[in-house]
Amino acid sequence: MLTQEMLDSIKKVEASRPQRIGADLRRMTAEEKQELLKKFHPDYREDGFVYLAVGPNKGEKVPTELGQLLHGKSRVLGKDVDLDDIFYDTDVLIIGGGGAGASAAIEADNKGARVTIVTKLRMGDANTMMAEGGIQAADKPNDSPAIHYLDALGGGHFTNKPELLKKLVTEAPDCIKWLNEMGVMFDKEADGTMVTTHGGGTSRKRMHACADYSGAEIMRVLRDEVINRGIEIVDFTSAIELILDDKGAAAGAVLMNMETGEIRIARAKTIVIATGGAGRLHYQGFPTSNHYGATADGLILGYRAGANLLYQDAIQYHPTGVAYPAQMFGALVTEKVRSLGAQLINVDGEAFMNPLETRDVTVASIIRECKQNGKGVPTPLGSAIWLDTPMIEIINGAGTIEKKLPGMLRMYEKFGIDMRTTPILIYPTLHYQNGGLEISANGMTTVENLFVAGEAVGGVHGRNRLMGNSLLDIIVFGRNAGKNAGDKCKSVTVGKLNLDHVAKYADELEKAGAANDMESPMLLPKYTHGSQINKFN
Amino acid sequence: MEDMVNIYLMGKQYSVPASLTIMNAMEYAGYQHKRGCGCRAGFCGACATIYRIKGQNELKFCLACQTKVEDNMYIASLPFFPGVKKVYDIYEIKPTEDIMMQIYPEIYSCIGCNACTKACPQGLNVMQYIAYAQRGDYAACAEESFDCIACNMCSSRCPAQITHPMVSLLARRLYGKYIAPETEHLATRVKEIEDGVFTEAVEELAAKPLDQIKELYNHRDIEK
Repeated sequence: MLTQEMLDSIKKVEASRPQRIGADLRRMTAEEKQELLKKFHPDYREDGFVYLAVGPNKGEKVPTELGQLLHGKSRVLGKDVDLDDIFYDTDVLIIGGGGAGASAAIEADNKGARVTIVTKLRMGDANTMMAEGGIQAADKPNDSPAIHYLDALGGGHFTNKPELLKKLVTEAPDCIKWLNEMGVMFDKEADGTMVTTHGGGTSRKRMHACADYSGAEIMRVLRDEVINRGIEIVDFTSAIELILDDKGAAAGAVLMNMETGEIRIARAKTIVIATGGAGRLHYQGFPTSNHYGATADGLILGYRAGANLLYQDAIQYHPTGVAYPAQMFGALVTEKVRSLGAQLINVDGEAFMNPLETRDVTVASIIRECKQNGKGVPTPLGSAIWLDTPMIEIINGAGTIEKKLPGMLRMYEKFGIDMRTTPILIYPTLHYQNGGLEISANGMTTVENLFVAGEAVGGVHGRNRLMGNSLLDIIVFGRNAGKNAGDKCKSVTVGKLNLDHVAKYADELEKAGAANDMESPMLLPKYTHGSQINKFN
Repeated sequence: MEDMVNIYLMGKQYSVPASLTIMNAMEYAGYQHKRGCGCRAGFCGACATIYRIKGQNELKFCLACQTKVEDNMYIASLPFFPGVKKVYDIYEIKPTEDIMMQIYPEIYSCIGCNACTKACPQGLNVMQYIAYAQRGDYAACAEESFDCIACNMCSSRCPAQITHPMVSLLARRLYGKYIAPETEHLATRVKEIEDGVFTEAVEELAAKPLDQIKELYNHRDIEK
């Protein structure tokens, strides 16, 4: 399977391995990092962005592919939509069935609210399910919320919204406890002590994990809990537009059955957008580690309804996406691999950086090594860097990979590669949207009764998120949105429903000469893998 | 020209590049998945797939996103399976030996045919974890079933009508909640936070001027 060039390079990786084990790799200075990011991080490429023509963030930069959707055509305009024909009448409408949506549903249910979850695929089909590495919380004696705060703030280049970050770090331990008491199986020592490791940019070992199924374990428990509570789940149904009432508050959504196209109206007293990320928009042509449904739908809906975006131009590329074999191109290789000691090695067998720099710095450094220094390993789809996985077994003992990274080991085995003995090839992959809709500490946007939670929120992580703070974020802010939306709905009287904001937004686009015909939100990506078939749909 | 193979999607023939996964080959053939596609990385169980190679007797089980196409593969997707999920209150039930008998009594009808194990795309010993559940060893059941992605292909093969993923999910929740050792440092920390022990430090840090915060960040000590 591996090419001769790869096999030759592996010999150099193996030859240098003994000296590299235990070696202290220098960390970059703040100035070096800045310089590196400016020159090599995709966020700094001007040609990857456009400027918004209308809306609250008019004049600001967004990734081109997101800009096209924000300037695209609503799926309801010109269609026959009867807002009086209400099919779902509920207290709290949650759009999105991932970790944030499920957490919000459980807490809103605790408040006694009637809750409806609408999700365009199955309940639990979300990036949450794919988070491998872990979840941060400062619950060890040598750690504290303040230390966690400083790590996340520095990692975010000091741009995190303080009121949100304070909440994230302060409520983290309680969220671990909440999950544990629901039955989530965290990795523990025999005496109950949590097994915790480092992630890129952490100064304390505070990464909690459930082997490398952390997100999957959390998601399947949350989903089970939602079902046990009898919370209404409307699956294979997307929200294609928000509905406001005559007071300008969010009051419902137009829903579309993904399979039949049938339209149904949902009315609600409060709404939580929990639609997740945008990896499937493939910014700048990057592959993605994201779920099939990650198409930024909530950002489009919220923005049209008047909520503003924050850091929508800050994208997280994960340093270690699979570069080879091609069948797994873009899939995630968890950061835990580096936490456990694997180094990043170039074609000549040299460790060119400390593997535990923050994600954005690591990405820029890998791109520099391949593009400028010409020290990448040639692959059929470009060039790549070795992640020296056999080091994990040498440093931590034989059997560590099977115990700590069973999912990853299995994935590679299916394609004939044993990562315990052979290093693996990686290249950055589109992983996370750092930005999103802006909220206050109560989880609400500037649009009354419109809450947002999870990856669709902007501001918690500033312009760059640390590993393990996203699983944490969906739980902290999912619960927060659920509690507040569940409380708020008790005092809401919904007025007359309308879609006037959609028509107004389209008018402004027309006037600005920025309107395009792309149906938006996208809902699902279309892939052809190079086929040239002639199709009528 | 790429190396091509013939595959049969729900019985219909398509010619697709041999290098593609089943999931990608379906897209190459012109499908846009609405069902049967989720994480595309082997974690979610949405793309459960059964196939048979023409001329061979054996029925095979896989995930469409993790399996390369082969020549003469007859492919059927199993995007949904009507499994049995019982509702319970995890805060009320206890990990007693008879709890499985109360919630999922059908596990005691297992005839030991091992068809479940043969159908598991994760390579789990499914029948073994059901045996652990039968005898109330929830720790062993949780451990053995941990990598389950609930694709339900095991259930589709079971003559005893067991929905294995739901049984193991109950066992794992019982284990995680009641049997795994309690974490003292977590309980202590949550209490400290409730008592406001850390509030001042966080507020003070957040209120510092940016250059001081940067200074602190750039010189913070990092645990070895």
